[in-house]
Amino acid sequence: MAEEWKAKPALPAPILETGIGGWLARNLFSSPGNSCLTLLGLALLYWSVPPVLHWAVFAANWLGDTRSACDAGLPGVKSGACWVFIKVRLGVFIYGFYPEAERWRVDFTFLLLAANLFPLLAPLLFRSLGRQLLLALVTVFAVLFLYGAVPAGVALVLLFLPVLLVWLSQRVAEFAGGGTFLLPALASCFLGALAAGLFLKLFFAGEAMVPISLFVALLLALLLFTRRLGVTAWRWFLLATLYPLIAWLALLGGAFSLPLVETHFWGGLSLTLVVAGCGMLTALPIGVLLALGRRSQLPVINTLCVSFIEFVRGVPLVSVLFMASVMFPLLLPENVNFDKLLRALVGIAFFYAAYMAEVIRGGLQAIPRGQYEAAEALGWTYWKMMGLIILPQALRLVIPGLANNFLSLLKDTTLVAVIGLLDLLGIAKAAMADVQWLGFTREAYLFAGLVFWVFCFAISRYSVYLEKKYHTSYQ
Amino acid sequence: MNSAAGGEPIIDIVGVNKWFGDFHVLKDINLQVARGEKLVICGPSGSGKSTLIRCINRLEIHQKGRITVDGIELSNDVKRIDQVRREVGMLFQNFNLFPHMTVLENLTLSPVWIRKMPLHAARKLAFQYLERVKIPELADKYPGQCSGGQQQRVAIARCLCMNPKVMLFDEPTSALDPEMIKEVLDVMVDLANSGMTMLCVTHEMGFARTVADRVVFMDAGEIVEENDPETFFNHPRFDRTQLFLSQIISH
Repeated sequence: MAEEWKAKPALPAPILETGIGGWLARNLFSSPGNSCLTLLGLALLYWSVPPVLHWAVFAANWLGDTRSACDAGLPGVKSGACWVFIKVRLGVFIYGFYPEAERWRVDFTFLLLAANLFPLLAPLLFRSLGRQLLLALVTVFAVLFLYGAVPAGVALVLLFLPVLLVWLSQRVAEFAGGGTFLLPALASCFLGALAAGLFLKLFFAGEAMVPISLFVALLLALLLFTRRLGVTAWRWFLLATLYPLIAWLALLGGAFSLPLVETHFWGGLSLTLVVAGCGMLTALPIGVLLALGRRSQLPVINTLCVSFIEFVRGVPLVSVLFMASVMFPLLLPENVNFDKLLRALVGIAFFYAAYMAEVIRGGLQAIPRGQYEAAEALGWTYWKMMGLIILPQALRLVIPGLANNFLSLLKDTTLVAVIGLLDLLGIAKAAMADVQWLGFTREAYLFAGLVFWVFCFAISRYSVYLEKKYHTSYQ
Repeated sequence: MNSAAGGEPIIDIVGVNKWFGDFHVLKDINLQVARGEKLVICGPSGSGKSTLIRCINRLEIHQKGRITVDGIELSNDVKRIDQVRREVGMLFQNFNLFPHMTVLENLTLSPVWIRKMPLHAARKLAFQYLERVKIPELADKYPGQCSGGQQQRVAIARCLCMNPKVMLFDEPTSALDPEMIKEVLDVMVDLANSGMTMLCVTHEMGFARTVADRVVFMDAGEIVEENDPETFFNHPRFDRTQLFLSQIISH
């Protein structure tokens, strides 16, 4: 008879292997050298963090509306930060010198942007049409209560048009069958534009007639010639065409009984966002075109793109902005004058387009030759192939590089200060020079830095989200 | 020469020459393919067989001679090239599925955007061909999640969705494991039985024996000989063909 075998009982692990003790032993005190570094780090934190917290939070002045609130500290006691300074000037930090009575227009413009952009940036959250419509409806009602009926009408048009357009394009496709109607379609584009122009001429004294008519023509052309655009595509289209039109009319005014607010009154965070937003929205498509042009085998296009990219990459942004603001008007005829902000926007867009072009070209080069061949063998033409097969793959590959460019674009908007536009940092500097509030440099810089950090961090996290989303669907 | 069914040849290659720089890849090629004919092209690597079938849908440009596909002569006219490409499907060694789309999207994209087919009809068609290549369950997978054999079958279905008149196969099984070769060849045999015009560059001599109407042997950019499989394998005319066959069959 065989002897009975008994397994040994499991013993508890040594104290330095599991739990907090184990973690400490592995990560902080794994060797004498590391233990020294850990202690040194703790000491550094002890010396640096409490004073900063003391200054910024515990001893800071949060209440009050005047300078005296910050000066009232006991003599001899080191006083903390004066956030009253930021609080009092918050309006200026956000809106610059935009007249107080008109600031709602800025809020309205950015609210509209958020409502339009959100379903595009978080498609998983807004997969169902119901949710998209709910967001649109909530936005329209918010606008109605906050700013009145006319802005609500504008929001209604912008946010519900994509759905209507999809429905319309299906009807058009049913009506047209497989046939093409080049002449009638072109004629209806023209007539639509004419009708829009006439309507504005009769009821609004022809205000903003040209851009709105052009938009109507473009909309009709897209509706009649491409019959398979989805809600998302239409949303992007409106974001790139109708939204800038609305934003321009709302921010600048001077039409539809909105008082004119010239661009030298703009400033602060809203200017930073306008410059960065316009830069991002325009630099990426131009960058894509430049990248395609640089890879093109047509010698003229190739040479043009290469020389443009190499020229722009060889000069600093500041000099491009100077060129745009000082040199460019010299080249124009006397009576033609572009707005200074517009010139800065164009300068920034082309400058960053050149950088993005090179990043995108990197992505294009990573696409195997076989992808082009497969698409060509199926009968795809160049632009469709690029738009639906090659670029979607290439852009996914270069998300980290593009995020880099977007981040530096956002931060480089501070350089518009050299041509006299006061962005968030410029406004902060101007606030420091206020004689009533001398001596609060640290607060102003810290606030501006924090705001920039929040926006940059958001972009950075969003790029990580995009990378993950596309990586998981690949394999 | 044109042994299979009569009538106008669907592919007519006359006196085609092609150079890569100074290198003469295709030397005076003459080849006619009849509607519904199955042609197998074999030969050592570098003999120009891939280049020849890539000339047929103008992935490569020939410098001399004339290629006519279904009555359309290939030239630099982009419209004609697109017309020909819509009628000619092509399979690649590396499958070349679009990796950023699901299998179903790979199948529906071209009918919707090139043939202007409504999406629901394209989906129906896609499922019909996925059934035919026996992988309907993969519709929502990405190509990266499929095996090589499955990917090649998806590629075949993708071609079929465009309803081509001719299909070109550029070594479709060379990148596959032996087990997967069989599943792809089964689909190809099925396709051949359905009457598709096929030009296959392949080293699968078993496939050539059973399916081909005609076997073409190429070396050094020339068509050395072409014959029905029976004669080709049993009584090759040239010693070069004999050598090639002995090498390919010996292992």
